[in-house]
Amino acid sequence: MKHTVMFATVGALALAGAAGQAAARDQVRIVGSSTVYPFATVVAERFGKSSKFKTPVIESTGSGGGLKLFCAGLGVKTPDITNASRRIKKSEYERCTKNGIKVAEFKIGYDGIVLANSKKSGRIELSRRDIFLALAKLVPESHKDGGKLVPNPNKTWKDVNPALPNVAIKVLGPPPTSGTRDAFNELAMEGGCKTFKSLKAIKKQDKKRYKGVCRGIREDGAWVEAGENDNLIVQKLEADPNALGVFGFSFLDQNRDKVQGSIVDGVPPTFENISAQKYPVSRSLFFYVKKNHVGQIPGIREYVRAFMSRKAIGKRGYLVGKGLIPLPGAEMKNFISAGKSLPDLMM
Amino acid sequence: MTDAPSTVLISGQRERVRRGLDRRLRAERRFRIYGVVAILLAILMLLFLAGTIVSKGYPAFYQTWIEVDVLLDEDLIAPDGKTDPETLREDGDFRGALIESLVARYKPAGREQENLLVAMFSTDAERTLQNFTIANPDRIGGTISIWVKASSDIDQLTKGAIGRNAPESGRKVKDLQLRWYDRMEKDGRIETRFNSGFFATGDSREPEQAGIWGAIVGSFLTMLVTLILAFPVGLAAAVYLEEFAPKNRLTDLIEVNINNLAAVPSIVFGLLGLAVFLNFFELPRSAPLVGGMVLALMTLPTIIISGRASLLAVPPSVREAAFGLGASRMQVVSHHVLPLAMPGILTGTIIGMARALGETAPLLMIGMVAFIVDIPGGPADASTVMPVQIYLWADSPERGFVEKTSGAVIVLLVFLVVMNASAVYLRKKFERRW
Repeated sequence: MKHTVMFATVGALALAGAAGQAAARDQVRIVGSSTVYPFATVVAERFGKSSKFKTPVIESTGSGGGLKLFCAGLGVKTPDITNASRRIKKSEYERCTKNGIKVAEFKIGYDGIVLANSKKSGRIELSRRDIFLALAKLVPESHKDGGKLVPNPNKTWKDVNPALPNVAIKVLGPPPTSGTRDAFNELAMEGGCKTFKSLKAIKKQDKKRYKGVCRGIREDGAWVEAGENDNLIVQKLEADPNALGVFGFSFLDQNRDKVQGSIVDGVPPTFENISAQKYPVSRSLFFYVKKNHVGQIPGIREYVRAFMSRKAIGKRGYLVGKGLIPLPGAEMKNFISAGKSLPDLMM
Repeated sequence: MTDAPSTVLISGQRERVRRGLDRRLRAERRFRIYGVVAILLAILMLLFLAGTIVSKGYPAFYQTWIEVDVLLDEDLIAPDGKTDPETLREDGDFRGALIESLVARYKPAGREQENLLVAMFSTDAERTLQNFTIANPDRIGGTISIWVKASSDIDQLTKGAIGRNAPESGRKVKDLQLRWYDRMEKDGRIETRFNSGFFATGDSREPEQAGIWGAIVGSFLTMLVTLILAFPVGLAAAVYLEEFAPKNRLTDLIEVNINNLAAVPSIVFGLLGLAVFLNFFELPRSAPLVGGMVLALMTLPTIIISGRASLLAVPPSVREAAFGLGASRMQVVSHHVLPLAMPGILTGTIIGMARALGETAPLLMIGMVAFIVDIPGGPADASTVMPVQIYLWADSPERGFVEKTSGAVIVLLVFLVVMNASAVYLRKKFERRW
């Protein structure tokens, strides 16, 4: 027994020693947005299978978490690339520069956020104002511009807008930690909020209060936090034809036989409309490359080229089949050539 | 007759006792029924859970294959006439050869239809073709019949997960593809086979190519590190605390702390791992080594507590007899007490390891929740583990991953059942009663 214990301890020490040796890295490390993750992973897998490099490792940490790790510094223990479902913030960029990091920015395409319901009931037509009135925590009294803010009294969609069906408001959506929720709050909720002049005016006086009013979602049960798993939301919509769900376009695209996307401000969430930026609730997807690591860690340059190619992000590229909405022609051309030259990001 | 009143009294008492007894027996019967109902409910829920997982997951273990006739056109596959494996791998346009042959047979009209036809096959098909040609270079120039994987959508159609009756606009498989599919089926060119790739490959973003082997290897390496670290340390701590340590305030404090640690949420160990192992010791991210170290910390209290309990269960008479024969303390422990306590310690260890095997939260913090295709070769390579793989697949948009998720749950459950069953077996086999 004594020998077993000693043997195991020696083994453990040897193991820890071996890890210390593995300092250099021959594999690209990528972190960042869970929205970009399904696209970046496809590129990485193809890249790993068709090139002599190892398949990059991709962690889904969220846009903010990814940029935090990315800008933490240089060296093998920091990631080489971070994905983001929003543009890098000025403060994040400054932190990067302060740590001596040179950043190159790439936009890969768009993602739409859809409101969808089961195909068992009819397609719904909403405006952003309707979305705001249905889901905000506080709304102007009797929906009048300039009215006193009261806790949201609307029970059914008909209360919000007489043209809508007389069905109780029930929306399943992602929790506040999700990037999809951030974008939904900013684009749909705030977009609807801004249509009230009196609410828009708050922005100038008190930015914090403005955000609280325009992005605050009601907590009385009409909005149901359904978790980060969009597949689960689709399943719940199927079970409850009266509910609406909020999720990314790629999940709508994959489940068209079960759910349909609601029309927002007169525009249905189709591939063409999001690509032409007609659909109001859509955002751009990015990734950022640590230029200092190019040449240090093998495969970064080649991975970026594989990503920024027509074969991947073009109109007929393989990412389109995965639900990515491509950039318009001229912008795509610019970013594809940037993929070869890796220009510095200036802010 | 003088004692009549007393008989009345007695029979009255008897009546009361009888009624009381009835009441008590009824209460007992009710209590038993509650117990039976509780157990039945638990079994029902377990059956329901297992039933849904198995019914959703078993399609993951088989897969649709399609037979195609491919002309191994020299101009496409070996334009220079060289047929060594290296040149074939680098220059051979197997995708082109596959598409040419498909187009010749099924005659799609225009590019749009051609894309639909090609989309019925997995991107893995060209690799199958390439491997066949490399193994049989003499077949170049001729036409071969070869079975290749269907795409995930076609696979889902075969399994009935994609209905044929939905309107075409909302269906992943279009009418034209359905017609081709029916023709292939009539010709006997569609077959379902055991999905051996599921147990041989790593993760993939294409459901028909995704496998759990990478995660199984990752789990194995992680558990190995956990066992190597947690078992000797836990054993030594348990033996020292139980057999050698003086009973004073300090050891009491240590005991309270160990019991506390056993109840700490697992994510806390992940944060500790991030701060200490990654940021301070600069160990690699996403490595089974670090995952194993974090899980070892989590498993340690379980091993120590169960170890101490089993040591305590060894009767003092065994120790006294050994002392009486002149054994030293060390000899008493290593020759007598520890071997007797070992079954209990092992049971505790296996249960602790089984809990660690199912853990994802602490691994999130140290970067093991990641998309990793390559099978890890050692404890310092990037890797993921089974529960993380389940979590990642559950979150993927493609329909084909629904069955893969449940399939992976079945694999994980099998591992857990095997581990727990071996714990029960060890206990039954080596257990001694005094």
